[in-house]
Amino acid sequence: MKKFPISIRPFGVHAVLIEWPEKVDEAILNDILIFSTYLKESCLIEGNWELVPAYNSLTLILRHDTIDFESFKTQLETWYTEDKKLKLEERFLWRIPVCYESEFSIDLEEVSQILNKTPKELISIHAAHAYTVYGIGFLPGFMYLGGMPQELEIPRRATPRAKVLKGAVGLAGKQTGIYPQESPGGWNIIGNCPIPIFNPKNENPCWVKVGDRVQFYPISKAEYDLHKIEAEVGIYKLEKIKIDA
Amino acid sequence: MLKVLKSGFYTTIQDTGRFGFRDKGVPISGVMDMTTVYKLNMLLENDQDAAVLEITMTGPTLEFEEDTFIVLGGAEMVVTLNNEPIKNYVVQKVSAGDILSYGRLKKGFRPYLAVKHGFQTNKVLGSRSFYPSITPNGMITDKSEIAYKKQSVFTPKLTGLKIESILEESVLQVGKGPEFNSLTDKQLENLFFKKYTVANENNRMAYQLEEKIDGHVISMLTSATLPGTVQLTPSGKLIILMKDGQTTGGYPRILQLTDTAISILAQKKAGDIIAFKLM
Repeated sequence: MKKFPISIRPFGVHAVLIEWPEKVDEAILNDILIFSTYLKESCLIEGNWELVPAYNSLTLILRHDTIDFESFKTQLETWYTEDKKLKLEERFLWRIPVCYESEFSIDLEEVSQILNKTPKELISIHAAHAYTVYGIGFLPGFMYLGGMPQELEIPRRATPRAKVLKGAVGLAGKQTGIYPQESPGGWNIIGNCPIPIFNPKNENPCWVKVGDRVQFYPISKAEYDLHKIEAEVGIYKLEKIKIDA
Repeated sequence: MLKVLKSGFYTTIQDTGRFGFRDKGVPISGVMDMTTVYKLNMLLENDQDAAVLEITMTGPTLEFEEDTFIVLGGAEMVVTLNNEPIKNYVVQKVSAGDILSYGRLKKGFRPYLAVKHGFQTNKVLGSRSFYPSITPNGMITDKSEIAYKKQSVFTPKLTGLKIESILEESVLQVGKGPEFNSLTDKQLENLFFKKYTVANENNRMAYQLEEKIDGHVISMLTSATLPGTVQLTPSGKLIILMKDGQTTGGYPRILQLTDTAISILAQKKAGDIIAFKLM
């Protein structure tokens, strides 16, 4: 496996930031995730560390103690270059139902006009691509998705809304994504997903992880209502397909 | 149970935080002024992770339904137990029926109430710390009840503590943040030679500062942020992330506060003056 030039820097006394070349690139993301899995499984003491991958970086956070940076850096460099049999964690493509009907797609009409497409065309382009999860942050369960087709790029709304619904699917700049909870927001809303992304009652509160992919597919309002109830009572199963590394 | 007769402005349960879910976007949360709470739990001989009541600006009125021992600390307020004034950092026995009542804020911003064994609210994802959307409640409300364990006898090794108060401190010790080196000489000079005023926009998520420095056009990929990370927005605004702060961000992270500096800032309110000092 190709190794990248990485930089290791202190981030306060409890954390270390490892950076890969500054690019949105699946090869880089995969390298980060392989290293992260290796660190978790073979190097770091379980329960003491949090590892936060995002785009071209991996941040390691130590719970209580302070890090002796220079010696830890040397150790990390060794771990990174060691020629071990490394594997990616199992990853999935999630198929996510989205209702693009007018009750939810409050900006679809306007966005279609600006992008010079019919709403139907816009929906089919949005649903035709699988998007890679490059990071989770901003809100619990909020995915930073990469791989949006250029023809759907549209600026954020000039004035953010005070309230965007939980499950709202939006477009902004080079990004598309789902609001995991009700929140203020400036994205252009084109649909809504009835399945919660984040549930604090579950032992694993968030089914998606960095490195997974998501693909949206259109559903009717009737299917939306049904899936929402199924999800609430815990019988809805999201369709997932294993990704071959 | 602790009966909440009046909840105060913004009162929450906090412990050392929710660790292990930052890769899912869950903030660490937890006590804002850990320097203070560490001492309170030590006085009560509690676990370090024992949950306390974090009060903000105006305090609650509380009725104890069982005997226990408490200690107060952090911001200085006029507090009475059955109409008798009580002091910070002194272990107090309370009996069933006692009423604890918070009055005027004298100094600081966040008083804490610790109880023997800690408050026993349900843990969510390994922590009792309130955080909207994770815990059922985002804050304590009037007429609610908070569980704690009854304890009638306890002889503390230390009954009180002379505290070097952090409330008078206004200098925040900082280390270099990951994007520190992108700062210009002029930005650096302003950062370390000027004083800054805490803006009205200050809460458990972040503290904004009123004075700006020169902006920037740096565009970076979203990356992890921590409590105590100082972000610089393109317009030159300084935002200091706190315990409920988002786990990732796209603004340059120019400085990183020490743990003590986070505690010092947690006791500041809008209009208070702070300065940064590079370690």
